[in-house]
Amino acid sequence: MSDHELRVSKIRSGTVIDHIPGGQALNVLAILDIDGSGGEEVSIGMNVPSDRLGRKDIVKVEGRELSQDEVDVLSLIAPDATINIVRDYDVVDKHRLERPSHVSGVLECPNRNCISTDDEPIDSKFEVLPDGVRCEYCETIIREDIPDHIRSA
Amino acid sequence: MRHDHLITTKQLSRTDIGTVLDRAAEIDADPAAFADRHAGTLLGLLFFEPSTRTKMSFETAMKRLGGDVVDMGSVESSSVKKGESLADTVRVIEGYVDGLVLRHPRQGSAKMSGEYVDVPLLNAGDGAGHHPTQTLLDLYTIRENAGLDDLTIGIMGDLKYGRTVHSLAHALTNFDARQHFISPESLKLPRSVRYDLHEEGASVREHTDLEAVLPDLDVLYVTRIQRERFPDENEYRAIAGEYQIDAETLSAAKEDLTVMHPLPRVDEIAADVDDTDHATYFEQAHNGVPVRMALLDLLLGDSE
Repeated sequence: MSDHELRVSKIRSGTVIDHIPGGQALNVLAILDIDGSGGEEVSIGMNVPSDRLGRKDIVKVEGRELSQDEVDVLSLIAPDATINIVRDYDVVDKHRLERPSHVSGVLECPNRNCISTDDEPIDSKFEVLPDGVRCEYCETIIREDIPDHIRSA
Repeated sequence: MRHDHLITTKQLSRTDIGTVLDRAAEIDADPAAFADRHAGTLLGLLFFEPSTRTKMSFETAMKRLGGDVVDMGSVESSSVKKGESLADTVRVIEGYVDGLVLRHPRQGSAKMSGEYVDVPLLNAGDGAGHHPTQTLLDLYTIRENAGLDDLTIGIMGDLKYGRTVHSLAHALTNFDARQHFISPESLKLPRSVRYDLHEEGASVREHTDLEAVLPDLDVLYVTRIQRERFPDENEYRAIAGEYQIDAETLSAAKEDLTVMHPLPRVDEIAADVDDTDHATYFEQAHNGVPVRMALLDLLLGDSE
């Protein structure tokens, strides 16, 4: 175990999200709907030196495994992240994120005139592009600041 | 042509477009042959925004095919005023009719409505999004006047919010067309349309003034620069003047330049253009009926 990894304490059971782009850890917490008020046990490393990314963030969440929806959205802001599932201090599963072709119900369209922002019985739907996302209703493309459009943020 | 709904011109192939335009030409040549073709067919008109040409031309088209229309009337007198969702409205009205025509101020409204109904739904304009039936009559007019291949077209005005522009730009990617977009910087094509045109490998140039490109054009498609888009009236006045044409402007154009406009115009095309051979916008508006007859004929079934 390297000195860098030791900066963030080990967890007993839960999820370690590694190789997050430097500075995005708080957005990852927003995606997971974690703001501290729920009493979750969370460790965060920010701007830790990384061979692969230069600087990276690490988020460790005790007692929580991620849903597919959460993983899908994570992939939009942290495409190189790895997800480690930990049980009894052992990593039992480790995988890279895969970008989905679509995400539904997790982002909010920034176009105030889009039908998906109205009071209709639909979820938002976004097509995932190589360099952003695109609303499937009004076709607005978001390339920058995707985390700002996360519904739970 | 086999589509359940017509939401955007992106869903139309060159063959689909040809099928509609050819059927429209047949109707134009012999309207009487189509007079009772859809007797008993009922079309529901759901217009959540004011409309004169589009609404009346759909109504005329359905009646000229022997069918009839039911109209929800103004938003003020409808259940929408009571807070009914659009999804509920279209689900209810679909039970009354054989097809639906929807105009709505929200972008994506036609796509969403199409997810809730089984009868054919035609998008008659969804906010700043798309207006595919307008594009089909535009293409019919262009084909009649300039041909659809080896075409150099200038599209000028409010390209950002102009739904007719978005639909036309997408449709033209099916043809050998060089598209020149002329607008103020603040009203350039939206990112989503530029993305699609790039993906389609379309020949596209963007300009801020008409002068340089005018002599090359076969067609000049003008749209209104909308005063309400500008927070400052002076800014509007300064810009709008740059995008007005008159007979003198067109002296630098090809003799057979076709000038089009989806109408209504305000002052972007001076009245003296009406008397020139360039003016095609009234013919364009009239083409709405045979083209919408063709569309209804193809989408509402029992067509040959």
